[in-house]
Amino acid sequence: MSVIKVTADNFEDEVVKSNGTVVADFNADWCGPCRMLAPVLEDFAEEHKNVKVVSINIDEEDELAEEYDVSSIPCLVFFKDGVEFDRSVGFRQKEDIEELVGE
Amino acid sequence: MYDIIIVGAGISGMTAAIYGRRASKSVLVLEGASYGGQIVNTASVENYPAAPNISGFDLATEIYNQAKALGAEFKFEKVLEVKDLDTEKSVVTKKNTYSGKTVILATGSENRKLGLENENTLIGTGISYCATCDGAFYKNKTVAVVGGGNTALEDALYLSDIAEKVYIIHRRDTFRGEESTVEILRQKENVVFVYNSVVKKLNAQKRLESIEIENTADGHTETVNINGLFVAVGRIPVNSAFSGLVELDGSGYVAASENCRTNVPGIFAAGDNRTKEIRQLVTAAADGAVAATQAVNFINNYRYFS
Repeated sequence: MSVIKVTADNFEDEVVKSNGTVVADFNADWCGPCRMLAPVLEDFAEEHKNVKVVSINIDEEDELAEEYDVSSIPCLVFFKDGVEFDRSVGFRQKEDIEELVGE
Repeated sequence: MYDIIIVGAGISGMTAAIYGRRASKSVLVLEGASYGGQIVNTASVENYPAAPNISGFDLATEIYNQAKALGAEFKFEKVLEVKDLDTEKSVVTKKNTYSGKTVILATGSENRKLGLENENTLIGTGISYCATCDGAFYKNKTVAVVGGGNTALEDALYLSDIAEKVYIIHRRDTFRGEESTVEILRQKENVVFVYNSVVKKLNAQKRLESIEIENTADGHTETVNINGLFVAVGRIPVNSAFSGLVELDGSGYVAASENCRTNVPGIFAAGDNRTKEIRQLVTAAADGAVAATQAVNFINNYRYFS
């Protein structure tokens, strides 16, 4: 599965009501480390079909960023059955993300 | 065995890779995070020749692609140790051990931390080391900047246009940074100077809520409610893994002159982790060229067991 772009309109359906593990990537176009992380997440999503990876642009979705208390990007928020269980800030290697989701 | 193993894929390490490959040497670049180094955090670079306005990400990606196209091998593994085995060098990563005829240490520098108890866990939830990266999240909020150099002053200036209130906390009563910037900050109604003071404690529930500030003159402490703390107390070289390998100066930089040679034959240092006066993109790139050329000369003039 590839990374899905999510907005305030479908965040509830794609993340909160989603069963299983979801990795939500809060990012922005102007953020260098976010652009470094994007291909890593694409790679991760391709290899882990059981994990849903979604991307949220914080400039377009500032309310979501505020709601989830994001104050530094890239910020990965990890959900299990709609409940946040961990988060990480900054660039991460694929192995680090695998470790964080417990894969 | 590689001819040249480069530790760090920042601007100096990747430039060294380009020079090593153009001299037909086999090159392995090892990096624990992403390529590019600290410039990736910079939205706009305007002092790199032939690139009047480029993002740090794009600049780093150009150099990365150039080094790869020339045949440099990149592996994203954190280097734990480098050993000097006389006839060869051994580089130990989290996953593997590689041997090389020469090693270039190009690990750069990182933000100095305050060293407070829950500082690491609050990164991203109230603690930041990059005002231009994270400032936008503090619109109409109260923030503090710690530090007395130009970075701290410029961070405070940047944040004063975003945040409702900005405290500048400095352990002395005069700034090391530009007086002209201090003057501009004095004119700002939402900037508050807190002199002779250090941050002693970070109070947080889910995120940072307040800080405890101690006045170094009279020992008086005060709790200040803030949403974000921007730490700008300098940078430190990433050389701790090499302290037993090569000579470091008093501040922890690799003691190597402009020829980039360390006290160990076949080991070189390039970029921000080396003792030097000017740490800029172009000087990092220049170091990469010098260190790689030194490595090539070293290989061509010495015999090795294969």
